[in-house]
Amino acid sequence: MIAGVIGVIALVAVNALFLIWMERKVSAHMQLRPGPMEVGWHGAIQTVADALKLMGKELITPKDVDRWVYLAAPIVIFLPVLLSFLVIPFSQTLIIRDMNVGVLLILAFAALSVLAILMAGWASNNKYSVLGAIRSVAQNVSYEIPLLITLMSIILMVGSFSLVDIVAAQGRYWFVLTQPVAFILYITCATAETNRAPFDLPEAESELVAGFHTEYSGMRFALFFLAEYTNMFIVSAIATVFFLGGWHGPFLPGLVWFFLKVYFVIFLIMWFRWTFPRVRFDQLITFAWKILIPLAFANLIITAFILKLR
Amino acid sequence: MVSYFKEVLVGFASLIGGMAVTIRYFFKPIVTVQYPREKITMTPRYRGHTQLVLDPETATHKCIACELCARTCPSQLITVKGVKVDAKKKVPWQYLIEYQYCSLCGLCLEVCPTSALEWSNEYRLANFSRQDNVIDLLVRLQKQQRLAGVAVTPIPEPPAETEAEASSSGEVKE
Amino acid sequence: MLERGLEEKTYVLNLGPQHPSTHGVLRVELEMEGEFITKADPDIGYGHRGHEHMAENRTYPQFLPNMGRVDYLHALAYNQGYCMAVEKLIGITVPERAEYIRVITAELNRISSHLLWVGAYLMDLGAFTPFLYCFDDRENILDLLDYLTGSRLTYCFFRFGGVPVDIDDDFTEGCRKFIRRLRSRWSDYDNLVTKNVIFIHRTRDVGLITQEQCIKYGLTGPMVRGSGIPYDIRKSEPYSAYPQFDFEIPTGERGDVMDRYLVRMREMEQSLRIIEQALDKIPAGPVMAEKVPKRIKPAAGEVYAAVETARGEFGCFIVSKGDPKPYRIKLRVPSFGNLSILPEMAVDTLVADLVAILGSIDVVVPEIDR
Repeated sequence: MIAGVIGVIALVAVNALFLIWMERKVSAHMQLRPGPMEVGWHGAIQTVADALKLMGKELITPKDVDRWVYLAAPIVIFLPVLLSFLVIPFSQTLIIRDMNVGVLLILAFAALSVLAILMAGWASNNKYSVLGAIRSVAQNVSYEIPLLITLMSIILMVGSFSLVDIVAAQGRYWFVLTQPVAFILYITCATAETNRAPFDLPEAESELVAGFHTEYSGMRFALFFLAEYTNMFIVSAIATVFFLGGWHGPFLPGLVWFFLKVYFVIFLIMWFRWTFPRVRFDQLITFAWKILIPLAFANLIITAFILKLR
Repeated sequence: MVSYFKEVLVGFASLIGGMAVTIRYFFKPIVTVQYPREKITMTPRYRGHTQLVLDPETATHKCIACELCARTCPSQLITVKGVKVDAKKKVPWQYLIEYQYCSLCGLCLEVCPTSALEWSNEYRLANFSRQDNVIDLLVRLQKQQRLAGVAVTPIPEPPAETEAEASSSGEVKE
Repeated sequence: MLERGLEEKTYVLNLGPQHPSTHGVLRVELEMEGEFITKADPDIGYGHRGHEHMAENRTYPQFLPNMGRVDYLHALAYNQGYCMAVEKLIGITVPERAEYIRVITAELNRISSHLLWVGAYLMDLGAFTPFLYCFDDRENILDLLDYLTGSRLTYCFFRFGGVPVDIDDDFTEGCRKFIRRLRSRWSDYDNLVTKNVIFIHRTRDVGLITQEQCIKYGLTGPMVRGSGIPYDIRKSEPYSAYPQFDFEIPTGERGDVMDRYLVRMREMEQSLRIIEQALDKIPAGPVMAEKVPKRIKPAAGEVYAAVETARGEFGCFIVSKGDPKPYRIKLRVPSFGNLSILPEMAVDTLVADLVAILGSIDVVVPEIDR
């Protein structure tokens, strides 16, 4: 258990390091430029340099902020994400704690991050931050619903909330083949949950400076950043577990397959960011309620029908 | 009902089309030049700051210190000071340009009666102080001559009295 | 923030002079009610450099470099307008070959200005990659014009009476290669941007301008053509070598942001057509008029010359009293008139829409402030 926790913390750190580099390289090559090249081989340790820089920055606390809420927000956004690692099956044997309500745990913690965003925006005592926080809360709450419903389709098929069972049920074929619509819906909701483009309105740089984390500097900003990338890892891990067969795969060990699939889904999410323009706020909410939720419900009902008829 | 689904499908197809473009570009070679390690050569007509033409026949400059360039410059950044060598000929003993103000218009090149000015190809013109941005083109000519392997023209002595103030104080005449 | 919140319903937000979306130093004072804008007030003057005052203290040739700095994105058209005005004033005619070269370079510059607009506009909307693709295409134009003129952005290339340098085969070959390359890229832009459902939803029925508003506010350029009025100075008051080319004026139907975007994309294609025809038909001959006076001292009088730039009609009005320096030069810039419709378009929109609308006007703020 302790070894697992230490492993998770190490994983989170290395993962963030790698993901930031990957994002910069992927975005750069899509834009016909090389990305970071100076620090290390092709900029591999650029993130380390950036992290050192961020740690050296002055922690500015603006006047008139709601002090304890302001200080607690980065912690509240980071901890639930860290705790979600408890139930993810990295391979056949590598799981910290196999709970029989594993999915519910992860989804409950994902909902807590909404609270953290609201705390950050409100406590910053800044018009822009409050606007960003409000938008982000509306967005997160709206997109959680189709997320849950698409996952419900898979859970109906498997009959259990435990992640280990879901992976085990994909021994013969992956669920993405039988539920492609659910996969697409899930990826869309996952990008919206992690506040990534095209749904990155809360952080819209060209409109609101930086949204709800405008007033955070140095290490606190780094925590928000870290939480975003770790959240990306978690949602991709869920996608892998639910749709892409978890650690199943020929030749290579399960752990390697798991990571390959997770990073493939992360690549998909990054690909979206660098292709699409931003969605306007009311279109965002319309999209969630009028398109995603009906489609998710339709998917669920059809799944239920087919399961009943079998 | 049908139009709803059609709209969703058309929208989805457009998104996939966009992603196809980006992934194609992902695999194309990069187009940027990694500057300090790879350099580009400038085109022959590229406008760096001005410099004196090294005449291949006389192996020196062609300036006769008539100060037409100083008078025509819209930013008044040329200072030419000449000294008489014979009864009729004048040569410059100092030719200063402050290229931080230069708008690279080219009027000085075109108004020169002996076509004594040309564009250098210098693009690395950043400096740490304003004084570094004032260069004497006669000194630069000596560097050009050394690079070309010809004899270096010595800079003439300034005249005894400082009667040079009157003509080149930088005021825009005409 | 909580004390006053119960009485006041609106608050003031500054889309301040330093902001990533206003292309230049423009301040827009927004009065907002929740997420909706009730009033938008642009505030200009942050970039006033005194070009017209400089014109009174410089001779006619000495004012040439200023014209490239008024609107640096389509500098050659401004050069052309000024040179046309002075040539009218002193009464010299430009030889045919020089007119063709002027048209070719000005149209290349128009394409580069529109490409930059597309890239910057999409960056405002949140798509970061088309910006880089547009700049990649634009790099070719900049290299071509660098080969010919020596500058990449603020050209000071035209002179009174023609152009100082003739084009050669390398330039012509480069132009043709560029035309082929850009034509092959239209499908990429279509797939990535024009057909993208998110882009369509962001720009359809946003920022509508009716034809009456166009005439009332004195708009010119793609703003007017997007609303359906086919007004283009190259066709209605032809100048230079344009009467000899066959090109269309693309117009939109509804006058929303999407139409203006499509008008600009199609204008780039028409510019490519013009350049092709000009390269095919260019006559041999001198590039500079013969009798250009060494010291330009026009007779007393007034002259107005208008050209069609990427943003609209640029007009140069010169009053001369017979001196080597002009008495007054007035520059009529298109962005000034185009910006004046912003308060009316911005009422009852979201901030995201305001960014889309402001971008679609294609303002270059330094030319508003001159």
